[in-house]
Amino acid sequence: KLLLDSLTRSAKHFNKSEVECLVNLFDTLVARASSHYAGVGFDRTVFRDTLYSAFGMTDDVVLDRVFSIFDKSNNGYITVVDWVEGLAVLLRGTLEEKMKYCFAVYDLNGDGYISREEMFQMLKNSLLIQPADEEPDEGVKDLVEIALKKMASTYLLVPFLLQDYDHDGKLSFADFEQAVRDEKLLLEAFGPCLPDIK
Amino acid sequence: IFSKASSSPEDVGESSSETEEDEQPVRYQEGSTELSAEYWGIQKLTKYVKGGDPTATVIALCSMRDLNLSQEACQLAIKDTGCLEVLINLLDTEEIKCQTGSLKILKEISQNILIRHAIADLGGLEIMVKILDSPDTDLKCLAAETIANVARFKRARKTVRQHGGIKRLVELLESISVGSSCQDEDTEIARCGALALWSCSKSPKNRKAIRKAGGIPLLARWLGCSHADILIPIVGTLQECASEPSYRLAIRTEGMIENLVKNLSSEHEELQMHCASAIFKCAEDEEIRDLVRKHEGLQPLSDLLDNSENKQLLAAVTGAIWKCAISRENVLKFQEYKTIETLVTLLTDQPEEVLINVIGALGECCQEQENRGTIRRCGGIAPLVKLLTATNRALLVNVNKAVGGCAMEPENMAIIDSLDGVRLLWSLLRNPNPDVQASAAWALCPCVENAKNSGEMVRSFVGGLELIVNLLKSNDKEVLTSVCAAIANIAKDQENLAVMTDHGVVPLLSKLANTNNNELRRHLAEAIAHCCMWGSNRVAFGEAKAVAPLARYLKAKDPLVHRATALALYQLSEDPNNCVIMHENEVVKLLLAMVGSTDDTLQEAAAGCIANIRRLALATEKAKYG
Repeated sequence: KLLLDSLTRSAKHFNKSEVECLVNLFDTLVARASSHYAGVGFDRTVFRDTLYSAFGMTDDVVLDRVFSIFDKSNNGYITVVDWVEGLAVLLRGTLEEKMKYCFAVYDLNGDGYISREEMFQMLKNSLLIQPADEEPDEGVKDLVEIALKKMASTYLLVPFLLQDYDHDGKLSFADFEQAVRDEKLLLEAFGPCLPDIK
Repeated sequence: IFSKASSSPEDVGESSSETEEDEQPVRYQEGSTELSAEYWGIQKLTKYVKGGDPTATVIALCSMRDLNLSQEACQLAIKDTGCLEVLINLLDTEEIKCQTGSLKILKEISQNILIRHAIADLGGLEIMVKILDSPDTDLKCLAAETIANVARFKRARKTVRQHGGIKRLVELLESISVGSSCQDEDTEIARCGALALWSCSKSPKNRKAIRKAGGIPLLARWLGCSHADILIPIVGTLQECASEPSYRLAIRTEGMIENLVKNLSSEHEELQMHCASAIFKCAEDEEIRDLVRKHEGLQPLSDLLDNSENKQLLAAVTGAIWKCAISRENVLKFQEYKTIETLVTLLTDQPEEVLINVIGALGECCQEQENRGTIRRCGGIAPLVKLLTATNRALLVNVNKAVGGCAMEPENMAIIDSLDGVRLLWSLLRNPNPDVQASAAWALCPCVENAKNSGEMVRSFVGGLELIVNLLKSNDKEVLTSVCAAIANIAKDQENLAVMTDHGVVPLLSKLANTNNNELRRHLAEAIAHCCMWGSNRVAFGEAKAVAPLARYLKAKDPLVHRATALALYQLSEDPNNCVIMHENEVVKLLLAMVGSTDDTLQEAAAGCIANIRRLALATEKAKYG
């Protein structure tokens, strides 16, 4: 009971009965999980399966990152607190919370920047049709440049920061946030990581 | 000519006039045949949209929006590279982000007329209408706004209707119940819906469809809102629809006039303009004219005349004043507000759209004698007479009416005459347009009546009498009626009557006798009455078989017709043969009923006519029996 109360407070977006449902779901998942975390949490595999069946998320890279974000204590399994608080953002997060979440997903190495290489990683399977006469990855590299120019472009407007920033080729959270505020569609710019409305 | 207001695609004027947009637009080829930088940029981005998954597509679409989409080169590049098709195909997917991204671009570029036509050709409208069913609010708004842009030509508007678009757009107005606070999000949906309906309402069939879909009460509800953003398209729509009597009825009964009047005092000039324009269109109905006065709308209208910079606004306001002035009580109010004085100052240096309405208003104000004097004192007569040389048909019709109105005062008449006004009016009888001819003829009536040395003046117009008599051959009822009225006046001068007789006025008038139109009957009878007073015209009318038809006029329900007919019959009855015909047509019985009339003229004429007929009958009896 104490747990429910504290969760309801920390997760903010759910009411008590909703939290209760989520906790029950959690318990079900833990029971199903046949691992040495039994009773305490469930692992990456179970997590990915769950997200796939609940939200239709399929991208491995993304799912991995989402797991890492949920797993705040970084011990390889999801606790009930991780679970409820994580879902709070996913399902009912404010724009600020979602921006932080998505940025964290895309920041593959967690260094606070989304780099060219990271963008490449996430977009490399996005071009289904490649023109025959081009090198296979040219298109994706180009797309990465386009994205960078679009989202880091705010810095082009600030003269004293010059073009050097662009040549570093990475997006800070501030860049990302500004870009998303200008154009909401870019929230999931590098791949779907939030559940669909449908 | 006017600078276009931000969201209004058409200017103030006839609502049902479809503009040049409806023809297939011509592409102006620029000198250079080199493909622009925009072309290559768009082609590249299109490649990623076509070949990418939704994630790549969204990135490419967002990047595309950084290009200068309001520039024509860019817009045309989107069309020429085939990107437009791709954008439209995206709309047909179920990917909300892709649909949104695509619509954001389409909304911008559909400002371009070529793009609009292309979007319609590619079947984009049908898909956008389907999107109106989406649960995603942003998407619905974008779809509606884009439809608003594309539906600026007839064919597009038809397509929207044929695919059930009108009903769905009306549903967007249902968003919430409007209290005194309109929630932002709901207002936004309604605003976009209203924008689209505004564009669509330019077609008469769409106006009907809006009504059938229950749009009117919703429009009325939103009219009570106070956000200018949504008020402008709502009033814009109402203004377009106000040309339909069914809408005017609803505007009356749903209490919309009060809100329209209230918003005349808005700080947004565009909103003021549309309100004035709506009133302009509605004030065709007497009840609405009364409502405008009752809700104290005449004063704000009059005040708005001071804003002479905004020509579109001025045109709408003067139009509203014009139509409101049809009612005498309103004219009296305008007198209080010194509106007439202000209107006279607007007789010079104004664009035609404004002039037409100003002069229309002055013409209506002339129904009050005091105003005829005011116009003169403010120096309004000279500019009016000058405009008799204009070429714009609508302007001429109003000028004629105004000049005619002024001419009812002898003092004014002197000025008009000195400025050659009567000759100018007379030459307008030669104008090919029947409305101009008729209004000129009407105006000539008071001129001929009030001018000094009227008979001589008329004679001085070379070929003038022949001209006006020949107008009796016209096919236009209004022309015929007005010319008869004028001839009745002209015939009061014996010499002129003689000339007209030479030109065949008697047979021409007689040919018109078989009509059921009471207006025409009245003035025709008056003309005949006056034309009897020369030579053997009475006999000639009888021979031309005018008497029997005239007798039938007595069966009409219009007392003015009775009066004129009685006058004519009285004159005609001086000839015995006519008496016989009248007797055969039971004139005595009909006239007897009128002998007790309160109208002195009618009474006398009826009595005189009966007396003549009886006298003849008596004489015939006497002759028979010795």
